[in-house]
Amino acid sequence: MLHIHCPWCGLRDESEFSYGGEAHRVRPADPDALSDEQWADYLFNRGNPKGLHHEQWCHSHGCRRWFNVERDTVNNRIVSVYR
Amino acid sequence: MQKYSIFSLARNALSHHQHWSRAWRSPAPRPQYDVIIVGGGGHGLATAYYLAKEHNLSNIAVLEKNGLGSGNTGRNTTIVRSNYLWDESALLYEQSLKLWEGLSQELNYNQMFSRRGVLNLGHNLHDMRAIHRRVNANQLNGIDAEVVDAQWIKQFVPILNTDNARYPVLGASWQPRGGVARHDAVAWGLARAADALGVDIIQNCEVTGIRRKDGQVIGVETTQGYIKSKKVAVVVAGHASMLADMAGLRLPIASHPLQALVSEPLKPILHTVVMSNAVHGYISQSDKGELVIGAGIDAYTGYSQRGSFHVIEGNIAAIVELFPLFSRVRMLRQWAGTVDICPDACPIISKTPLKGLYFNCGWGTGGFKATLGSGWTFAHTVAKDEPHPLNAPFNLERFTTGQLIDEHGAAGVAH
Ligand SMILES: Cc1cc2nc3c(=O)[nH]c(=O)nc-3n(C[C@H](O)[C@H](O)[C@H](O)COP(=O)(O)OP(=O)(O)OC[C@H]3O[C@@H](n4cnc5c(N)ncnc54)[C@H](O)[C@@H]3O)c2cc1C
Ligand SMILES: [Zn+2]
Repeated sequence: MLHIHCPWCGLRDESEFSYGGEAHRVRPADPDALSDEQWADYLFNRGNPKGLHHEQWCHSHGCRRWFNVERDTVNNRIVSVYR
Repeated sequence: MQKYSIFSLARNALSHHQHWSRAWRSPAPRPQYDVIIVGGGGHGLATAYYLAKEHNLSNIAVLEKNGLGSGNTGRNTTIVRSNYLWDESALLYEQSLKLWEGLSQELNYNQMFSRRGVLNLGHNLHDMRAIHRRVNANQLNGIDAEVVDAQWIKQFVPILNTDNARYPVLGASWQPRGGVARHDAVAWGLARAADALGVDIIQNCEVTGIRRKDGQVIGVETTQGYIKSKKVAVVVAGHASMLADMAGLRLPIASHPLQALVSEPLKPILHTVVMSNAVHGYISQSDKGELVIGAGIDAYTGYSQRGSFHVIEGNIAAIVELFPLFSRVRMLRQWAGTVDICPDACPIISKTPLKGLYFNCGWGTGGFKATLGSGWTFAHTVAKDEPHPLNAPFNLERFTTGQLIDEHGAAGVAH
């Protein structure tokens, strides 16, 4: 079980959180202006790195706020947590 | 290839089993191949075997970074079935099931393919409606499937607590031709047969780069040096995104841990496979007597080949609810694989924008059963540089065209 430091509530068990996938994905402001390839890339493609990953977590069973975590996907070490 | 039989067993017993020939050679890589297959799991080995057998190619190498089957092939709970909902997937998985049927004889290697049948439980009205729909679809596709009710299940698997309060069992889909097979035997049997047809199987050889020129693949960098090839077929499951990265491509794949565990060996107690999508659990008993139990994926992505404890805790809680008798059984081992999850719970078996580069991935939590059909159709794609009718729908372009094949119902977390 991961131990995640919620920026508002402190260190809690992973089971209090929900995973939200890759962080910093910005929804295109004008989807109509995109080609099918660009839209598909936004919708489906993921970096999926082996190593450092910036990801979103939500403290669903706590303060219910979203934040970002930088985690090493090989050894699960959490390197940083930021809003 | 040294033939395995009761006679060869007896003959070798006389010399204390010291003189068996190796099941496959371990050659040094040649400077160049007609086809390089990256990944020595079941799917990569099946691709090599069918390329050699059906397409008469022999200058083929399988490059595996660790040992054969050390990825998901050797980590899975080995459930084999074909009762998927949509025509595209049902036909592919059914082709695979048919290939399983004669494989032990064909490879002269016991696959321990045991058709003990597979039950997919329904716990509520919605589950049952989905099961009815799927069984009807299966029957239209000529796949053996029927809906059975709680009473039938109670009689067939008396130890299953059908009227427990938490997950009452209302019925199930039943596929009698489904079952389990021995994962290692699949990898080893295919490797031995492919080797006999001239395929070079090279272990401890990690691909670290894909060289290309003018939109065409020309070779791969490996930990054992550069190897030339105009065709590179990538079959690396959870590592697909890594290999795509080497070729400058992006994939709709997320790699997650998927956990399983086995118990201490018991006397025969469970003679079929029981699965439940709703509780994220599936269970069968191995020939050694261990209960083999699989869970749902961990929420986060990762390559650690381990998962979080609360996932198997929830999984076991559900299994114990369904089989109260197992509450005092001790678990022996627990592990995880890195599964390649695709947005529509279906694989990608496809050409890519790069000429000579082919990808076979996205099997996620349920590709063991498809090992043969996957290799069989992929070999066609690689040999002929075109899709096989059975894998054509599983192209990479579907994420752009929107023609997804949504198998979350039949594939979902369970297998
Ligand atoms: C716990 C668990 C339970 C499962 N249960 C079932 C089930 O009951 N039924 C079912 O049908 N499916 C099940 N699956 C899914 C199934 O195991 C997989 O879909 C299937 O085995 C994938 O086979 P593969 O050959 O594609 O991948 P793998 O067996 O993972 O092979 C890929 C190989 O590529 C190698 N590789 C990776 N990167 C490189 C590189 N750079 N260079 C060289 N080699 C590389 C890896 O070492 C690995 O050996 C389960 C999976 C898990 C983890
Ligand atoms: Zn919080």
